Amino acid sequence: MLWYVLRRLAYVLPILLGVSIVCFSLLHLAPGDPLTAVMPEFASDQVIEQIKRSYGFDKPVPVQYLLWLFNALSGNLGLSQVANRPVLDEIVPAMVNTFQLAAFGIGLSLLGGIGLGLLAGYTRRLVTDRAITTTAIIGVSVPHYWVGLVLIAILAVTLGLLPAMGKAPPSPGFGLDDIRHMILPGITLALIPTGIIARSVRATVIDVRKQEFVQTLQANGLPPRRTFLHVVKNASPTVLAIIGIQLGHLVGGSILVETVFAWPGTGYLLNNAIAYRDIPVLQGTILVLATFFVMLNFLVDLAQPFLDPRMTRQ
Amino acid sequence: MNTPATHAGEAPARAVEPNKRIQRTYWQAARRRLLHDPVSMGCLGILSLIITAAILAPWITPYDPYTSSIVNRLKPILAPGFVLGTDELGRDMLTRLIYGGRISLLMGLLPIFIATLAGSILGIVAGYFGGKTNMVIMRVADIFFAFPSVLLAVGLAGALGAGVVNVLISLSLVFIPPITRVAEAATTQIRAQDFVEAARATGASAPRIIVGHVLTNVSSPILTYSSSLIGLSIVLASGLSFLGLGISPPLADWGLMLNTLRQSIFLAPVNAVLPGAMILIASVCFNLLSDGLRAAMDVKP
Repeated sequence: MLWYVLRRLAYVLPILLGVSIVCFSLLHLAPGDPLTAVMPEFASDQVIEQIKRSYGFDKPVPVQYLLWLFNALSGNLGLSQVANRPVLDEIVPAMVNTFQLAAFGIGLSLLGGIGLGLLAGYTRRLVTDRAITTTAIIGVSVPHYWVGLVLIAILAVTLGLLPAMGKAPPSPGFGLDDIRHMILPGITLALIPTGIIARSVRATVIDVRKQEFVQTLQANGLPPRRTFLHVVKNASPTVLAIIGIQLGHLVGGSILVETVFAWPGTGYLLNNAIAYRDIPVLQGTILVLATFFVMLNFLVDLAQPFLDPRMTRQ
Repeated sequence: MNTPATHAGEAPARAVEPNKRIQRTYWQAARRRLLHDPVSMGCLGILSLIITAAILAPWITPYDPYTSSIVNRLKPILAPGFVLGTDELGRDMLTRLIYGGRISLLMGLLPIFIATLAGSILGIVAGYFGGKTNMVIMRVADIFFAFPSVLLAVGLAGALGAGVVNVLISLSLVFIPPITRVAEAATTQIRAQDFVEAARATGASAPRIIVGHVLTNVSSPILTYSSSLIGLSIVLASGLSFLGLGISPPLADWGLMLNTLRQSIFLAPVNAVLPGAMILIASVCFNLLSDGLRAAMDVKP
C-alpha cells in the first residue's frame, strides 16, 4: 500500500510542478508589460526601475518563477492589482462559495446519475441502446450556461418561483433562503455530471452483471437484493473515479454558470479578473483550482484500493 | 455482411454480384453506411442549412445586422416583420442569428482542425519513436490534461486578452493534448504490428513508414475522436464569447448575443435564450453526426 501511495505521488508531483509553470507563464502570456496596471503615467526611468525591482521583475525569468513558487507555497499569491489586497484573501471566500454550490450540485447529480444509471443498467432490454446513447449525446452537447438562462427565464422570470440570481443575504445559520438561491445554479451545474455519471453507472453495472460470479450467486439462490449489493460493491471503484473527475470539473468549470447566476464564487472572481485584466488574481485562482483538481484525482486514486484491493497489485 | 456467399451451386447471375461488393473499399463502405443512417443524415441536413445560410447571409437576410432602431427594441417572437423578434437594440434576431453562425461555427471548427493537425503530428511522433521523445511529449500533454478544459480555455484566453485569434489559440491548446493522447495510443498499437516491422526490415525510412503505413491506419480513430470534440468546441467557443472574450460588439456571434441579451432576460425571456438554442442545435447535430460516423467506421475485422 505504501509503495502504491509513493508511486502515485511520484506521478502527481511533476504534474503539479508543470501546472505551476503553466500558471506562472500566464503572466508572461499577457500582452504588454505586466506592470502597466500599477505603473504611474509618465513615470521616470528611475521610478520604473524601482517598481520593477519591488515586484522582482529585474531578475531572470527562472529566478522569478522560483520566487513566485516559494511565495505561492507559503500562501502568498501576490497582490490584486485592482483591490490592492492579497490575492489569497480574495480567493478563500470565493472558494467557500464555489464549494458550497459544487457540493449541492454534485449531490444532485449523484442522486440523479446513480438512479438513472442503475435503472438503465437493470432495464437494458426494455430501453433500446440507441435511445440511451442519443439522450446521453444530447446531454453532453448542451451548453449548460444556456440551460441556466432558460431556467431563469422559465422558473424565475415567467413563473416567479425562485430567485434568479445571486446568493442569499448573509444571515445566521443556513436557512431556506440559502437553499432557494442554490436550486437553479445547482441544477444547472448538475446537468452534465448527471449524464456522465448515469452513462458510466449503466455501463459498469451491465459489465459487472455479465460476470460469472453474479450468475453463481444467482444460481446459489441469493435473493436479488443481496446480489445487488455485490454488483454495487464491484461497480463502485469505476463510479468513484468518474465522480471524482466530475467534481473537479464542477469546481474548475463553474465560471460560466457562476457568471450566469452572479454567484460570488471563483468563477465570478475570474470573470472580474478578466474584465479588469487583474492578472495576479487570474493566475492565483487558476493555480488554486488546478491544484485542487490534481489533488482530487490523487485522493481518488488513493481511495480506490480501499474499494478494490486488487489495484495495488501491479 | 462482408463475406458474400459464393457457393458452387448458385445461379450464374448472382455469382457476378459478390465480386462487385468486394470492390468496395473501406472508406466507400463507411460512407455508404453513413448515408443510410437517418439520424446522421438529418443532422447533416440541418448543419448544411445553417452553414449555407451563414455563408449566403448578406443575400438572404431580411435586414442589416448592425442597424439598430430604438422603436423596435425587444419585439417578441413572431412580431409583424420580425419572425424571431428583435434584440435589445432593435436589430432583427433572425438576421443576427444567421450572421452569428459565421463566427460561432468558425470558432468551433477551426480549433479542432488546428488541434487535429498538431495533435496527430505530436501523437504519431511520440508513438512511433517511443522512448525519450514519447516521454517528453506525453508528460507535457499530461500537464495540460491536469486542467479542467473550461478552466484552461478561460485562463489562456483571459491572459491573452479578448479577440478572435486569442480564442482560437486557447481552444486549439485545449484540444491538442487529448488528440495527442489518442494519436499516440493508436500509433503505439500499429507500430507493434508485423507489417510495420516488415517495412522496417526492408529498409523503409521512418517518414515513409509513417506516411505509408501508420497514417493510413491511425487516421480513422483520430478522425472519429476529433469529430466528437466539435460539439464541445462550439459550446466552449460560445462560452468564451459569452464571457466577453471573443469578438467585440456590434459583430454578431451566438455567445456574445447571449451575453448582451442577458440584461434583457426580465423583459424578453424568449429573445434572451434564443441564441443559445442555435448553439444547442449546432452542437447536438455535430455530436450525433460524429456518433454516426463512429458507428459507420467501426468495422470489426
